[in-house]
Amino acid sequence: MKTTQVHCADPATFAHLREAASARSHAGKGLKVRVGTGTCGLSAGARACLDGLRERMPEADVRETGCIGLCSSEPMLDVQPPGKARLFFGRVQPDQLDRITAIARGTEQPSAAEVLFQQPGEVSEAWPGIPLMSEHPFFKHQQRQVLLGCGTLDPGSLDEALEAGGWAALADLLASGRQQDLCERVEQAGLRGRGGGGFPTGRKWRFARDTESTETCLICNADEGDPGAFMDRALIEGDPHRLLEGMAIAAFAIGARETWIYIRAEYPLAIKRLEDAIVQAKAAGLIGDKVLGSSFSFDVHIKQGAGAFVCGEETALIQSIEGRRGMPRPRPPYPASRGLFGHPTIINNVETLANLPTLLGMGEQAFSAQGTEGSKGTKIFALSGKVERTGLVEVVMGKPVSLIVNEIGGGVPDGRKLKAIQIGGPSGGCIPADHLDLPVDYESLKNFGAMIGSGGLVVMDEETCMVDVARFFMEFIQRESCGKCIPCREGTKQLKAILDSICTGRRNEQGAEALDRIQGVMQIERLARVIQDTSLCGLGQSAPNPVLSTLKWFREEYEAHIFARRCPARVCTDLLVYTIAEDACNGCTACARICPTGAISGERKSVHAIDQERCTGCGECLRICRKHAVEVN
Amino acid sequence: MNTITLNIDGRAVEAMSGDTVLEASLALGVEIPTLCHMKGKLPTGSCRMCVVEVDGRHGLIPSCSQPAEDGMVVRTRSARVLEARRTIVELLLAAHPDDCLYCARSGDCTLQDLAIQHEVRGRKLPAPAEVHPLDISSPSIIRDPAKCVLCGKCVRVCEETMGIGAIDFTGRGSSTCIAPAFLDSLNASSCVHCGQCVQVCPTGALTEQDHLEQVWEALVDPELTVAVQHAPSVSVSIAELFGLPAGQDETGRLNAALRLAGFDIVCDTAFAADLTVMEEAAELVTRIRENGPLPMFTSCSPGWVKLVEQEYPELIEHISSCRSPQQMMGSVLKRLHAPEQGIDSAKLFSVAIMPCTAKKFEAERPEMCADGLPDVDAVLTTRELARLLNRLGIRLDAVKAEEPDHLLNLHSGAGKIFGTSGGVMTAALRTAAWMLTGKEHEAPALEAVEGHEGLSRATVEISGKEIGVAVASGTQAARRLIQEMKAGLHPDLQFIEVMTCPGGCISGGGQPRAQDPEVLRSRMLALRGLDKAAGLRQSHNNPDLQELYRRHLDHPGSKTSHHLLHTSYRDRGAERKQSA
Repeated sequence: MKTTQVHCADPATFAHLREAASARSHAGKGLKVRVGTGTCGLSAGARACLDGLRERMPEADVRETGCIGLCSSEPMLDVQPPGKARLFFGRVQPDQLDRITAIARGTEQPSAAEVLFQQPGEVSEAWPGIPLMSEHPFFKHQQRQVLLGCGTLDPGSLDEALEAGGWAALADLLASGRQQDLCERVEQAGLRGRGGGGFPTGRKWRFARDTESTETCLICNADEGDPGAFMDRALIEGDPHRLLEGMAIAAFAIGARETWIYIRAEYPLAIKRLEDAIVQAKAAGLIGDKVLGSSFSFDVHIKQGAGAFVCGEETALIQSIEGRRGMPRPRPPYPASRGLFGHPTIINNVETLANLPTLLGMGEQAFSAQGTEGSKGTKIFALSGKVERTGLVEVVMGKPVSLIVNEIGGGVPDGRKLKAIQIGGPSGGCIPADHLDLPVDYESLKNFGAMIGSGGLVVMDEETCMVDVARFFMEFIQRESCGKCIPCREGTKQLKAILDSICTGRRNEQGAEALDRIQGVMQIERLARVIQDTSLCGLGQSAPNPVLSTLKWFREEYEAHIFARRCPARVCTDLLVYTIAEDACNGCTACARICPTGAISGERKSVHAIDQERCTGCGECLRICRKHAVEVN
Repeated sequence: MNTITLNIDGRAVEAMSGDTVLEASLALGVEIPTLCHMKGKLPTGSCRMCVVEVDGRHGLIPSCSQPAEDGMVVRTRSARVLEARRTIVELLLAAHPDDCLYCARSGDCTLQDLAIQHEVRGRKLPAPAEVHPLDISSPSIIRDPAKCVLCGKCVRVCEETMGIGAIDFTGRGSSTCIAPAFLDSLNASSCVHCGQCVQVCPTGALTEQDHLEQVWEALVDPELTVAVQHAPSVSVSIAELFGLPAGQDETGRLNAALRLAGFDIVCDTAFAADLTVMEEAAELVTRIRENGPLPMFTSCSPGWVKLVEQEYPELIEHISSCRSPQQMMGSVLKRLHAPEQGIDSAKLFSVAIMPCTAKKFEAERPEMCADGLPDVDAVLTTRELARLLNRLGIRLDAVKAEEPDHLLNLHSGAGKIFGTSGGVMTAALRTAAWMLTGKEHEAPALEAVEGHEGLSRATVEISGKEIGVAVASGTQAARRLIQEMKAGLHPDLQFIEVMTCPGGCISGGGQPRAQDPEVLRSRMLALRGLDKAAGLRQSHNNPDLQELYRRHLDHPGSKTSHHLLHTSYRDRGAERKQSA
């Protein structure tokens, strides 16, 4: 173990920094407007809101902020006249901007129908008749402590971050000089990796800290690649200083001077915000040589990944930073003993690092009091799919799935029935609707055959075909497999082909094809077992999970596809049988005219019929029939 | 190094700490199958064939990368392990063409061996193999990505051993393949044709450009006189392909076998190596006397020549203008020997048997032609020669040794050691010293051995004059030497031998596939032994060679010599820029 003499920081240095920041922000204009310009907001039209409000209110301080989490209400913005509570508007259209301007200036009064909610501060006056953010069903059950700054702070302003308490945990740490027990404190707090594996963070750090190397490296893994996961992006876009502070804390703990953020190039806004934040933090002496006057020095490099899913795997990520093709390598040696450029390397996920300021701020006892026996603190989920309110959700570990889906998310829209949720992305599994009381923590999900993964949570309703879901993930894994090890490269291809054969090809199936299909089906479980058992990296080892999990809970749906050649959810078009109900058809000929294969025949004003041999199952007849005479099964 | 004890398949096994489970199992007499393992290189763990069960570990563990630990409990033959291995073979076969019987590697293929070992019977998996085009663009190597199992060995030798990096993994998922950059064909890549990839390829994905059919057609053509030359390192390796021990010189039986096969003229390339020594030593002496350009690099290894042409064009004038022994032999046979014997040069089909795939490339170089006739018409690797003899039922182990043909008969010991790293240097120095002083000199034996990372340097004193010499064994070592020279080190160097393949021709890409360093070493020792035992050890004392000079060439470096035995090179970088 390295013994390093820590020269402590003078607490006054940081206090001055913070006071100056505070003075600068209070010298600003009275009326504040914040527009959510995360990637989600921008794609929903936030740019027009931002420009429009700046033009309309030159007197106001119109700032950008990150995503507050309620994606389904983007673009979102809030106005805050001096002394008043923040008043939030959602799904803002350009024609609302005049009205919003008038409300902000106090010339018109808001009505509950046009605003989302308000968020009063300690000394601000509430708007009458407007619901509070803390009572809004989306936010009521959340514990937003890591996402705290997202949607509140201007990500481009170090001053705002400092004023909100950013960098304070690091400053306290450097002032105390307590480096030696930092790993143990984080271990006691029970913080586990948020990137999927769930390895205890403090214990991981100790491996690197306890080596003799003086060139230990820290990497932040921001290569978020799971379909439907966007926690890391939102965190970085909304509060980049939190991540940088977390990196500084981790670097201090393990004795790393050089640190990297490996982030996918598809996140240009997050990269921009990080770059800006690094420049500001360097100028303020928070990154660089002798941070805050202490003996601790560290630097941050940004490395953009080219978007290979597998580069989220530690050893592939290291290869990629080194300039090689991102392919995992066998462990041992583990990165903590031999990683980037041969140096001991710790790789932590964005959310893990972003937890550190909170953890140190509240203390390890308080942190470990949150959550369950084995899973402490909060977890951020990206809630998407067939759910009323989609977005980013931060809840204390151990809450039931139903709380996230039904309370926070508002359940499945349009009166349809919930079928299952898929959690953990391509490595995860599904939880059927009748198990929604399952607590969301590492152990419970693992025991159930799913996993937290990085935190993607996709809600599926009765119109979702579970075989098709498995097929989607297998297609994804197959495309993203690095191609190095045989079971993952070839095994997932075969699994995908078997699922394809189940979901397609009812029409004109020749005798031997049916036998081949059944023979393929009989290989599913063996293939899945061998892929899990022998794949080189986590991507491969977990690749069969979506198949095994859907097969476990929705076996009858598989059987319907395989034996009855039917898709109960009516998703797999090849398996659908279209017929025309005699009593409903009025012989308008619309279906016969639109049918691309000429499969429909019938005289005008008499009942039509579909020739099943010629029908391709495209569904055009169903869509065009005004009498709802076309039935599908 | 401590001794540790682990339990493998219920038996206590002793191993050294640092040994892998794969190595430890061998001590028990259990050979764990593998496709991607390369002795002496860091494991990549890509094929997963070598998985075993380890108590307390989740999933199956690759034994090639798992260090044996004291007290570890390993199972190499559980049902779970065997199911996994068989499934992996099945997966590979599902992605592989079913044309084993027509494959060049049939009977000599690791995948086939594994399929036999694991008794895979029939296809059970539905997805068809990916379609990949065949790449026949290279004059030396055929690339058939459809047969590639992506073990990555070729990528590793090309990059780690050779320092060339002509091929790498590209694409993702099941469409991953190994190819030159931008999916170019091999002839457009930086490949130097060394064939080390062919050496390590476990399947038929990488094979040499086959010249066997051309040779066969020439042999059965009554119009043609077919001449054959065989390189020194072929005679010490061919035995391995006939079940004979490695490191045995078979020059005599080779002569007999080739005559049995129908070749009309049989000669030993070692004769031409002596000729090369004469010309090269004379060139060196001239360069030293006329001050440059120095240092002079040897030119007999065509892969190295191509490397200079594409990456170090500024060094082109430093490469000896001498053709390689193969080309000198071809030139002498076609331009001097044939007319003398009353044979129409156009009706002489000249075959070279070489340890090397790059020699196929060299024979096709336009610089190696005169009057529209190439010096050498076809080049067979040692492996192709064995196939030819096998086709004709000629058992090398059963024929009686014979001498090569007259005139091109005698060779010195110097000519034989051309086949091993350091040999050209030794041979050339013996003759250069004689040329400079008129006296015989025993040049220091320069061996570029692995322990020196392929590079050795020495200063040789010849009549008070110091000559700095170096031997680079392998392109990687040559690159390092060039970098050092560019950094201003070694200003005294005047003569540098470079062999493309580490160890020289004995480990060439056309040799019998052998990864065992002991086999390579025995080939080297055999060549050195031939030199030591030879009565005639200096090229310039070869009477046949002296006769050749008297009758045709006058003196080394003469006008005729230049016409027939020397060549020129080209800047491939500039050519590429022009065509782009």
